[in-house]
Amino acid sequence: MGIRIVPADAWIDPARPVATALVTHGHADHARGGHGRTIATPETLAIMQVRYGMEADSAVRAAPVGYGETLALPGDVRATFYPAGHVLGSAQILLEHAGERVVVTGDYKRRADPTCPPFTPIPCDVFITEATFGLPVFRHPPIAEEIGKLLAALHGHPERCVLVGAYALGKAQRVIAELRAAGYHAPIHLHGAMERMCRLYQEHGVDLGDLRPVADSTKAALQGQIVVCPPSALSDRWSRRLPDPIAAMASGWMRVRQRARQRNVELPLVISDHADWDELTATIEDVNPHETWITHGREEALLRWCQLNQRRARALALVGYEDEDD
Amino acid sequence: MERFAALLDALVYTRSRTAKLGLIARYLQETPDPDRGWALAALTGGLDFPAVKAGTVRALMAERVDEVLWTLSRDYVGDTAETASLLWPEPQGVILPPPGVTEVVETLHHATRLTAQGILAGMLDRLDANGRYALLKLATGAMRIGISARLAKVAFAQAFGVSVDEVEEYWHGQAPPYRPLFDWASGAAPPPRTDLLPLFRPFMLAHPLEDVEVSLSDYAAEWKWDGIRVQLVHVNGQSRVFSRSGDDISASFPEIAAALDVPAVLDGELLVRGSHQGGEQGGAASFNALQQRLGRKAPGRKMLADYPAFVRLYDVLIEAGEDVREWAWEQRRARLEALVPRLDGERFDLSQVIPARDMAELAEIRGRARDEAIEGVMLKRRDAPYVAGRRTGLWYKWKRDPLLVDCVLMYAQRGSGKRSSFYSDFTFGCWNGDPDAGAELLPVGKAYFGFTDAELKWLDSHVRQHTVGRFGPVRETDKSLVLEVAFDSVHASKRHKSGVAMRFPRIARIRADKPAHEADRLATLKGMITDPA
Repeated sequence: MGIRIVPADAWIDPARPVATALVTHGHADHARGGHGRTIATPETLAIMQVRYGMEADSAVRAAPVGYGETLALPGDVRATFYPAGHVLGSAQILLEHAGERVVVTGDYKRRADPTCPPFTPIPCDVFITEATFGLPVFRHPPIAEEIGKLLAALHGHPERCVLVGAYALGKAQRVIAELRAAGYHAPIHLHGAMERMCRLYQEHGVDLGDLRPVADSTKAALQGQIVVCPPSALSDRWSRRLPDPIAAMASGWMRVRQRARQRNVELPLVISDHADWDELTATIEDVNPHETWITHGREEALLRWCQLNQRRARALALVGYEDEDD
Repeated sequence: MERFAALLDALVYTRSRTAKLGLIARYLQETPDPDRGWALAALTGGLDFPAVKAGTVRALMAERVDEVLWTLSRDYVGDTAETASLLWPEPQGVILPPPGVTEVVETLHHATRLTAQGILAGMLDRLDANGRYALLKLATGAMRIGISARLAKVAFAQAFGVSVDEVEEYWHGQAPPYRPLFDWASGAAPPPRTDLLPLFRPFMLAHPLEDVEVSLSDYAAEWKWDGIRVQLVHVNGQSRVFSRSGDDISASFPEIAAALDVPAVLDGELLVRGSHQGGEQGGAASFNALQQRLGRKAPGRKMLADYPAFVRLYDVLIEAGEDVREWAWEQRRARLEALVPRLDGERFDLSQVIPARDMAELAEIRGRARDEAIEGVMLKRRDAPYVAGRRTGLWYKWKRDPLLVDCVLMYAQRGSGKRSSFYSDFTFGCWNGDPDAGAELLPVGKAYFGFTDAELKWLDSHVRQHTVGRFGPVRETDKSLVLEVAFDSVHASKRHKSGVAMRFPRIARIRADKPAHEADRLATLKGMITDPA
């Protein structure tokens, strides 16, 4: 249930309420409500506020830390937050204690993302990394290619619409921002569950262009349009209101055909906010730690890679972090 | 290769049959010869490279990827070709242009066990991940992308605006890359010759008789026997038995193939000897008996003795080198009647014409069909030629009325494609006793058609509102809804807990008005079984 910082009596991304929690980012499997004190970036705290609401005394209980800022914790532990490039507000956390440096990545990626600052390798002794896509079959293609596929499908079927299933926090906004960057400026229509998070991104200065609730448009008006919804809504009854939607899904899992077919996806878009195999291994080389600990994902394969490359590593086998939709 | 790879990729993700047809048809129109022919062969399972085996791909990967990483990846992806396509190192430096389909096929044809690995590696280095997937699928011959040979042929017909029956006819006897087939379809050449090979010819099929007035002066009536429709071909000393779909089932019915020794193409019903259908005189066992033989690739001696097969002949298409398909049914019938005495009487007999004077008398005879355990009657226009497919007004099937039973909806499962958001596959049951005295429902069948779109919507919302349990994609309902289920016949079955199996069950009516405890009991259904136990 998270990583415990013993001398500081604090936890990173705990699954249950604790007295002091350091939260890497706002995804539900990492950020839970109900902690005594929540230490996170201002953006992550804002996301948690939207997701869980926070009690009236939240000002006391939420402790914002900016990127590069160092916070002194009890037990002579210093914690510094650095960008992880995963979603808005996401951070890796450097812990320093008794001359030793430990970096906890949380979830991260190395690719450019217009919605958040990029990951920076922080030298350390112990590198605690995720391994969601820790199999050598996972290599995410350049996002421009995937956005190109989406636009080609859209233009190829003017009588249909493209329904993009994307994680409501992070993935959806990144896809929208990348569409804008590719020159697509028509309105993009949102499932109700997407609206608040998109607004929050916009309030934090991420330009997402003209966004409209699906409910405001007729079926006919949605022909030739892009609609974004949570993955669970792709084959839900909700989608019947759309004009013969092309079911697309933006996820790193789409790299594997069978996973896409299981989801009834017609247009798989290999877009992930996690590091792929090459990024995971390159990051371990960049950081060059004495030891690598692997928190969650397909840790066996990454462990094997470390072994083959004479790097000390161990799997923590943390349960509860699984990104089925990412 | 990129175009073929894109086609495969699109086919993998497309559920709708119409969309799949469109994708294949467009590929066939836009791709030059012989690439498109080889691609068509790949889709229809017509390619074989003996030098390339699944083991070849594994061996190839063993040289490049750590064995543990390979195994972990293969287990996760679930498909050797796909795993290899994803794991293959992206080529660095100068990359040669990707090979075309024809280059791939010709190169692999010349490969040996010794050279296959090197050849594959060279081509993999010239392709991206999708191209590598297509190459490995093509090379190992295991497409498994849900495209039947029939679908590919329908797409071929659609691409060139020719009839699929003609495609079926000329297809047999052609080898990849099917150049004569493409030349014919695109109008550049006459159709390929087919008369000297034991080939399948497309069947003539019937429409159901509904609201049509027919007179027996124009139509002849025959029994509709409950077996499987087959075509028998004997030419140049070779015999074949083909099923409705054109599959060669000669090996499953060796006694039939061996007994046919007259050069001819014949149409008939494959049956097993017995007294179930039409009594002693009918001479045929139930469909259930035939089922024991179906799907057995090489029946043993006991199987052949216990379930002896024969063919009841309906029609003649070709005899003694003469194609009589253009002839009127009456002339063909005379030809068939003259031919039958020359055939082995143990394996072949003639389907009799029913001697009814008018439709009223035929209706009366058909009414007795259930007692006779015969599927119904056929009406064939006396002056009609033998034409492939279903042509209005020529042949009608007049099935006996379906049996009906009131069942209770028990489980529902989501459909696929356009129906993926609907619960559209329904499992229903009957009571195994008195429901007021603690009897239970036992599933008796499953149906996913028979209802209108509006009824489907209604059923879908009923399922959602009455769900009491979920098992993956299946929902268990509260078993409150009665469905009137129509079916053709019911048989004893050891494979089902209820002990019965229905043929062609479909939802006839939604009986929301009827309380569940008034639905039928299993005993009622079992009473409709007419097979010998």
